[in-house]
Amino acid sequence: MIRIEKLTKSFGKFKALDGIDLSLEKGQAVSLLGPNGSGKTTLIKSILGLVIPEKGDIIINGQPIRNHPSYRAHIGYMPQIGRYPDNMTIEQVLHMIKDIRQGQSVLDEELYVSFGLDKIKHKKMRTLSGGTRQKVSACIAFLFSPGIYILDEPTAGLDPVANEILKDKIAAECARGKLVLITSHVLSDLDGLTSHIIYLQDGKLMFHQTIEQLQEQTGETKLNTIIAKILTHADRKQICVS
Amino acid sequence: MTLFRSILLLLLLPMGLSATVIRTGPGSLLQHALDRARPGDTVIVAPGHYLQHEIVIRTPITLIGENFPVFDGENKYQLFVIAASGVCMQGITVQNTGRSSMIDMAGIRLQNAARVRVSNCKVLNTTYGIYLQNSKYCVIENNEIRSSATDELQAGNGVHAWKSDSLLIRDNNISGHRDGIYFEFVTGSAIIGNVSTNNVRYGLHFMFSHNDGYSRNTFRHNGAGVAVMYSKKVIMTGNTFSEHWGDASYGILLKDISDSRIEHNTFARNTMGVYMEGSSRIHIARNTFSANGWAMRVQASCEGNTIETNNFLDNSFDVATNGTLMLNAWRNNYWDKYEGYDLDRDGTGDVPYHPVSVYSILSERIPSTMILYRSFLTNIVDQAEKIMPSIIPDQLRDDSPQTKKWKL
Amino acid sequence: MRTVSKYVFLDLLKNRSILVYTAVLAVLSFTLLGLDGGSAKGLLSLLNITLLFVPVITTLFSAIYFFNSLEFIELLLSQPVKRTRILLSEYGGMALSLSAAFVVGVGFPLTVMLPVTASFVLIITGVLLTFIFTSLGLLIFVLSRDKTRGIGAAIIVSLFFTLLFDGLMMAFIFTFSDYPIDRAVVAMVGLNPVDLARILMLLQLDVAVLMGYSGALFKEFLGSSTGSLYAVGCLGLWTVVPLWLALRIFRRKDL
Repeated sequence: MIRIEKLTKSFGKFKALDGIDLSLEKGQAVSLLGPNGSGKTTLIKSILGLVIPEKGDIIINGQPIRNHPSYRAHIGYMPQIGRYPDNMTIEQVLHMIKDIRQGQSVLDEELYVSFGLDKIKHKKMRTLSGGTRQKVSACIAFLFSPGIYILDEPTAGLDPVANEILKDKIAAECARGKLVLITSHVLSDLDGLTSHIIYLQDGKLMFHQTIEQLQEQTGETKLNTIIAKILTHADRKQICVS
Repeated sequence: MTLFRSILLLLLLPMGLSATVIRTGPGSLLQHALDRARPGDTVIVAPGHYLQHEIVIRTPITLIGENFPVFDGENKYQLFVIAASGVCMQGITVQNTGRSSMIDMAGIRLQNAARVRVSNCKVLNTTYGIYLQNSKYCVIENNEIRSSATDELQAGNGVHAWKSDSLLIRDNNISGHRDGIYFEFVTGSAIIGNVSTNNVRYGLHFMFSHNDGYSRNTFRHNGAGVAVMYSKKVIMTGNTFSEHWGDASYGILLKDISDSRIEHNTFARNTMGVYMEGSSRIHIARNTFSANGWAMRVQASCEGNTIETNNFLDNSFDVATNGTLMLNAWRNNYWDKYEGYDLDRDGTGDVPYHPVSVYSILSERIPSTMILYRSFLTNIVDQAEKIMPSIIPDQLRDDSPQTKKWKL
Repeated sequence: MRTVSKYVFLDLLKNRSILVYTAVLAVLSFTLLGLDGGSAKGLLSLLNITLLFVPVITTLFSAIYFFNSLEFIELLLSQPVKRTRILLSEYGGMALSLSAAFVVGVGFPLTVMLPVTASFVLIITGVLLTFIFTSLGLLIFVLSRDKTRGIGAAIIVSLFFTLLFDGLMMAFIFTFSDYPIDRAVVAMVGLNPVDLARILMLLQLDVAVLMGYSGALFKEFLGSSTGSLYAVGCLGLWTVVPLWLALRIFRRKDL
């Protein structure tokens, strides 16, 4: 579904992405990991078209994305920080997004209801807590039932109940053959969700493997211990695993 | 003025009493009928187009046009010459006189005549409309005098009076000449209720004419409204001067005038309301100056003038001058730009008003600065100058500015 | 595009700063016009307020608002629409709501208390300035890396046009007053939208005095409709060019 070829992007002297090659397929739940400044956000933004790559190509559903905004109809994006115009209500925000995506008639309002947003739809965005705004963001991402989900720190700030609802939703969508790309710092949240791990460091792809492969290599089951093990190992040997 | 008019009417009335009425039409020459007429007769001219010209009236008769018969000079000739006293002419259209630089071609010329009355005539497209020379006690009334002059040199004046006395020019509508009304060596005369517009040079022009007055006239969109030059004792009241725009455009231009009065006039939207130079002992009171470029320009050569109880409203600049010496009295005027206070509440501001603004002086020295006029910066300059006057003439000031507008 | 504009517009109508801006303008307008009982004097004070307030408030407010909406703009950009359309919508909503504030705050009192041509020219001028400085605010947003720098730039830009520029021009005129600088001066004025707006009003209120200066500048430029046309034309360019630049830059900008 998403193919990335030799993607390179630098900001001034700083190389945010350095020759990334990736291929992501249907039904995968891919965790995008890496330390701060490793290029995770740049990668996501490149896929969304918010960052214009210097070199390389991003191909989604067989189409290169350059200058074709229509591919974004296949993507549902949930940003890390959800900030909305102060005086718009939840309902207005959703209406607005629906208006923009006119023509997409099948709407998935499951999260809207299960998060209980329908009960507070007349509240202004200014008055909402960070967690509630995250719920709105999640709602928007899933609203149009797209083929690809890009979720940037989706669980940060969510209360445990909402967290579970969202995780269930992600798992369900995965099962329906959607591609989900998640970044998260809270590795435990990703347990049981992810099928693949992508690890970036200094703009370079360190590895891209299935969770089973990793478990096999490390002999661990928990995601954070797997990662910790690989990192110490990689550090010691100074080699990349791919 | 009414008295003067009644006397005039009394003088003219007996003429019609023992009259025979002579009728004439386009088929015959009017000159023949006029020559046949005896004093006091009435000649009635039938409607029609008369290609007759140089018609001379030598006897005191009454000439009446029926439904405005048209006398056409075919752009070559003069039309009527009134060379007798006591003539009365009315209801005739006179048009298309010739244009010559040798003689002043007139639609109706009064020559050495007295007690002549020209009324309700239309004088169209003439070089000079009605030309009075050496005449007395004449009335020019209710005429429409229109032309379409474009330059000063070739054009003549609407009503031109030279070396005359005791004239009454009333309720005429004059436009498109060099000067609407021109007075040279005319004394004891009155100009009342005329509308003089779109004349190339002046709406009304006085030269060496003393003891005259003009009231309730409207001067609009002329080269300049009224020019009064080298005259004494001129009374100017109740007139309206508007829309005289240009670098030599004034409501009134006063040059070497003395002992005169300018009262109850309205000056609106002129580049300059009143311009005076070499003038003395003029009383300027109870006038309204509104939305002019400069309300007044008083040159340093003026002295002994009194400017009081006027309203100055919405003018770009109130007063301009060319020197620092000021021998005129400014008092009790209302200035809308006055920002002083009146602690004792007597209706008179407690600090004097300086009507010359620093920016008016600045822009006169360097006209380009006008492009910054009314900007924030220039407001600061003006305010600074108000606090510490350094450029503006300190002597030109109104020590008793009013805090309320005069009701005029 | 209209949908986004509509929502931005509706959001801003309820914005507290916009409401305060409208209220302040309205109070000032009513007081100034009320004091002078419908003379041009109140209009002149309002002109000064317009020339100072509109550029500063508009540039600052729009730049800040755009920076605050950055995340939301990103979210909108992740939808299948063109970047330029989103930006244009944001611009439209912003310019319209600030114009609405001006029309209600200044336009309404003027129409009620002083319905003359000059008043309507002032209203149009104010709206034009709002559109122009929203364009500049947008350009600043697109060019700046972060909010702090953007706000700094907005303050500098608005003060430059409202105060500094005139000072420089005054210095220029005084320095070169012995030379034929009329044309240069007219050209210079075109570089400042605030001056152009002021001249539009000058041509309404002070034709009489402008006609009184000899010299080609005032006869040909200020004394006729050429001046108004020139000013309106330049103001149009001032709206379109920064907006066009902002769109162009934004198309390639990394968010």
